[in-house]
Amino acid sequence: MGKNNKLFTNPINIENPVTVQILGICAALAITVQLKAAVVMSLSVLFVLAFANVIISLLRNTIPSRIRIIVQLVVIASLVIIVDQVLKAYVYSVSKQLSVFVGLIITNCIIMGRLEAFALGNKPIPALIDGIGNASGYGLILIIVAFFRELLGSGTLWGFPVVPKAFYNFGYADNGLMILPPMALITVGVIIWVQRANVKELIEEK
Amino acid sequence: MQELLDIFVKSIFIDNMVFAYFLGMCSYLAVSKTVETSTGLGLAVIFVLGITVPVDYLIQNYLLAKGALSWISPTFADVDLSFLSFIIFIAVIASMVQLVEMIVEKFAPALYSSLGIFLPLIAVNCAILGGSLFMQEREYTSIWQATSFGLGSGLGWFLAIVGLAAIREKIRYSNVPAPLRGVGITFIVTGLMGIAFMTFMGIKL
Repeated sequence: MGKNNKLFTNPINIENPVTVQILGICAALAITVQLKAAVVMSLSVLFVLAFANVIISLLRNTIPSRIRIIVQLVVIASLVIIVDQVLKAYVYSVSKQLSVFVGLIITNCIIMGRLEAFALGNKPIPALIDGIGNASGYGLILIIVAFFRELLGSGTLWGFPVVPKAFYNFGYADNGLMILPPMALITVGVIIWVQRANVKELIEEK
Repeated sequence: MQELLDIFVKSIFIDNMVFAYFLGMCSYLAVSKTVETSTGLGLAVIFVLGITVPVDYLIQNYLLAKGALSWISPTFADVDLSFLSFIIFIAVIASMVQLVEMIVEKFAPALYSSLGIFLPLIAVNCAILGGSLFMQEREYTSIWQATSFGLGSGLGWFLAIVGLAAIREKIRYSNVPAPLRGVGITFIVTGLMGIAFMTFMGIKL
């Protein structure tokens, strides 16, 4: 049980897929302008990653290694189509907002990375836990980045205005730069800085 | 000819895959430690994009788009298979990447081991799928335009990763705060490069 516990907690902090393994950055930059989109995206990735990990883990002894990439992509693509259809059916407005980025989960390297690095060599239960852990670590960073970008960039959270009117009257202005993609990179950079200042063993040698 | 050159230059600088659309970031950030490795990966991306975009163009226009099947018989004129484009494009990309992987493993084993997990990850490099999807969206009219776009975006990606690698090689000599070393400063440098590249936006050839 201790080992499984570690499989879940490690990816959230010291093996975080975004800040330590540097996987899945593309989507993290594009959909973190608003908090709501980031939460829906995190849940979609959680679903796809957990199931893809289990399926590949079950099939791991039957996949010839030469064609493993294609097999993995077919599994991921089918799961993403399911997510896309469910989002369209139940939360149409969010699905419209995410548009192409649901499709781009297929090319989210965090999923492929976990399949290659973990699911191909482990049993289904640890693979499931690993998938959930990594997706949670990913979602956590997404939500933190989106929180700051939405708060500073448009003065809202989850679409509701949170910056008091008085501030604006006083001369406060939303920082339009936060909405542009380069600031997403810099925000992630600052998160990495904060994390490594706290967890010393992650600091890289020169 | 003029038109092809326009598309080529535009896809390198103005519509740069990394700085204008932030595609292909994962391998971009992780493999840019030295100029040598990043040159290898950059060349692989140019090669894969230069092949997949024209191949996907042919598939799109002769198999998937509405009415594309009418060359078989006029009865297929109403068939629209474009909902299949995602899975077909990704299949083409995956097989191309597997091919490149075999070639590199055979002829450049040192490069193969230094690229590590990132070679198979080219298959999920969003720049590659993004290239095919942009090709579909922008409706290029000939296969030459599609090829020129594919090669141009590959070259743009190549320039971006080699540029970042060169900066990172120099950064090793500066006194970066310890927790920011490595990945952290890379993110911030990329952000600044992105802001610099935004000056190309809006330029019309």
